[in-house]
Amino acid sequence: MADAKVIPFDEDRPRRRLTGRRVRAVPAPTAEPELAPEHAPEAAPEAAREAGPAAGADWDRRIAGGLAFLRRRLTGEYEVDDFGYDKELTDQVLMSLLRPLYDKYFRVEVKGLENVPSKGGALIVANHSGTLPLDGLMMQVAVHDHHPAQRHLRLLAADLVFMLPVVNELARKAGHTLACAEDAQRLLEAGELVGVMPEGFKGIGKPFGERYKLQRFGRGGFVSTALRAGTPIVPCSIVGAEEIYPMVGNAKTLARLLGIPYFPITPTFPWLGPLGAVPLPTKWTIQFGEPIPTDGYPPEAAEDPMLMFNLTDQVREQIQHTLYKLLVQRRSVFF
Amino acid sequence: MGKVVLVTGAARQLGGRFVRRVQRDPDVERVIAVDAVTPPHRLGAAEFVRTDIRQSAIARVLAEHAVDTVVHLAVTGGGPVGARSAVKETNVIGTMQLLGACQKSPSVRRLVVKSSTSVYGGAPKDPAVFTETSQPKALPSTGFAKDAVEVEGYVRGFARRRPDVAVCVLRFANILGPFADSALAEYFSMPVMPTVLGYDPRLQFVHEDDVLDVLQLAAGEPRRGTLNSGTFNIAGDGVLLLSQCSRRLGRPTVPLLMPAVTWVGSALRTVGVTDFSPEQIRLLTHGRVVETTQMREVLGFEPMYTTAETFADFARSRRAGLLPPERVGWAVERMAGLLDVELDEGAQR
Repeated sequence: MADAKVIPFDEDRPRRRLTGRRVRAVPAPTAEPELAPEHAPEAAPEAAREAGPAAGADWDRRIAGGLAFLRRRLTGEYEVDDFGYDKELTDQVLMSLLRPLYDKYFRVEVKGLENVPSKGGALIVANHSGTLPLDGLMMQVAVHDHHPAQRHLRLLAADLVFMLPVVNELARKAGHTLACAEDAQRLLEAGELVGVMPEGFKGIGKPFGERYKLQRFGRGGFVSTALRAGTPIVPCSIVGAEEIYPMVGNAKTLARLLGIPYFPITPTFPWLGPLGAVPLPTKWTIQFGEPIPTDGYPPEAAEDPMLMFNLTDQVREQIQHTLYKLLVQRRSVFF
Repeated sequence: MGKVVLVTGAARQLGGRFVRRVQRDPDVERVIAVDAVTPPHRLGAAEFVRTDIRQSAIARVLAEHAVDTVVHLAVTGGGPVGARSAVKETNVIGTMQLLGACQKSPSVRRLVVKSSTSVYGGAPKDPAVFTETSQPKALPSTGFAKDAVEVEGYVRGFARRRPDVAVCVLRFANILGPFADSALAEYFSMPVMPTVLGYDPRLQFVHEDDVLDVLQLAAGEPRRGTLNSGTFNIAGDGVLLLSQCSRRLGRPTVPLLMPAVTWVGSALRTVGVTDFSPEQIRLLTHGRVVETTQMREVLGFEPMYTTAETFADFARSRRAGLLPPERVGWAVERMAGLLDVELDEGAQR
């Protein structure tokens, strides 16, 4: 006997009665004994008449869920947090848009998710590559879809993201915020999972020849932020993103003209126009490493530059080491 | 001994309401209301002195009535009355005159200044949430925001010169409510709201009633365990996006490209529909959110309304928009009826 598919109804809302097929509780008298008696039996004969009651009910429920979602969106009855993060939109729309890219296109294999804590703040530090910041988005999908606690990764992004129209709006709604110490600390103290790519433009805009060579990790500001918040640092290595847009050249003058940090020239872009902007379908691996605890340090340790540099190097080396290990294990770029 | 409270900007909506409110305080003996124009509303038992704070006559008023608490509400964004230059003069020169008069007056013990969170500016390079100590990356260069920055500068100078006076600067988020007459309230009353294409700013509101409460709290003696001098952000909890605001109001938006927004803004200003200043456009592009921990923990103030409740109260006071949310919701329910599914909040994931 199939599991009971019970849709909870709130009884005080007046509902219009419709004829014909209904989305009601599928009869399951033995299961769900706590169910109030008026819920279950009513729709029994109708549901039984259908060929595939479970499948039909499932579709109806999806449509009903979709329309309820539509109603909430259209009437503005949803919540966003102080950073503009729209959890509902991210879960229902933005993640669904990225999922095909994650599952089908890059076929991301994710390892070591047990190193990401199930609750409380943590700072995930990853390498950055690929000309366009797809690696951050894929990391977000990995944590969202595959972590047992379905955590939401809050990425820290460059200020360029928040200057571009449309992009800034989507980034805020997906939970991203500006990579600055204030925002990072606020999120970490609120117990959020924060993702940062300290290489920044140096990493994402490096030439193809330097692939998988980690660039300088900024000034190590992320370490002191994690230390102040007392949250662990989880190193993360992403393999596969380097080859999606092999950047063979950089039109610096054009970049300066457009006000962007680099203008990539790949074997296909800009020669093939928009077609050249399609990333290569490489096979990705995302590995989360052993967390580095930061709660053992005294509060003034965050002001100690020597300790900061040492910790930064430790994180950097761990990521680089894992990158090499993953590269050795990789059979080919595309499979 | 009762207190003597002087309130500037009493002819404006908020000033008038505060004058009426503060009289009910048992500690307050007399209220002196000051403005350059005669207020259109009643001021109760308060004594109205018609004087322009840009002139030194204000010093005589302070001395004559032995004022001990000054509540400076005349720092405004202008609104329907008065040209921009006159407003700026009242804001900046008026504040300088008032502070000069306060400095000379031995009786003044407390100064409360209404400022705005627009002193933080708001740019892509700024952190998402401003605290009282945040240094803005790009200082506001025009309009009311610049005035507020300058006013705060003078107030800081005054606080240094007269350390015996308790100075409280309240940085209010956008003030809304049933009686709001600000530029933002006018914007939200337009049948179709122009927005900046590709931007969905985060907005924060504070309710008029909360504004009056916190002004009264700042004008009185501090309660036990709290401190009511310093600089505080005042805002309701939570955040609303502009898109949410327009949907909750039921007013459609017209997204415009950045240059077009400026043209439409100046066109609207010319025909006098609303004040669509560059600063307003900046707010509607990048939004602004402030932290209110200091307000709770140091000032000891809990706002009655959240941002969403403030907005709901404001929306109720306005005429329904072209697409009222109830009707949109009903349309979706009709669609569900046609598709023969039962739409219920319980069915959501």
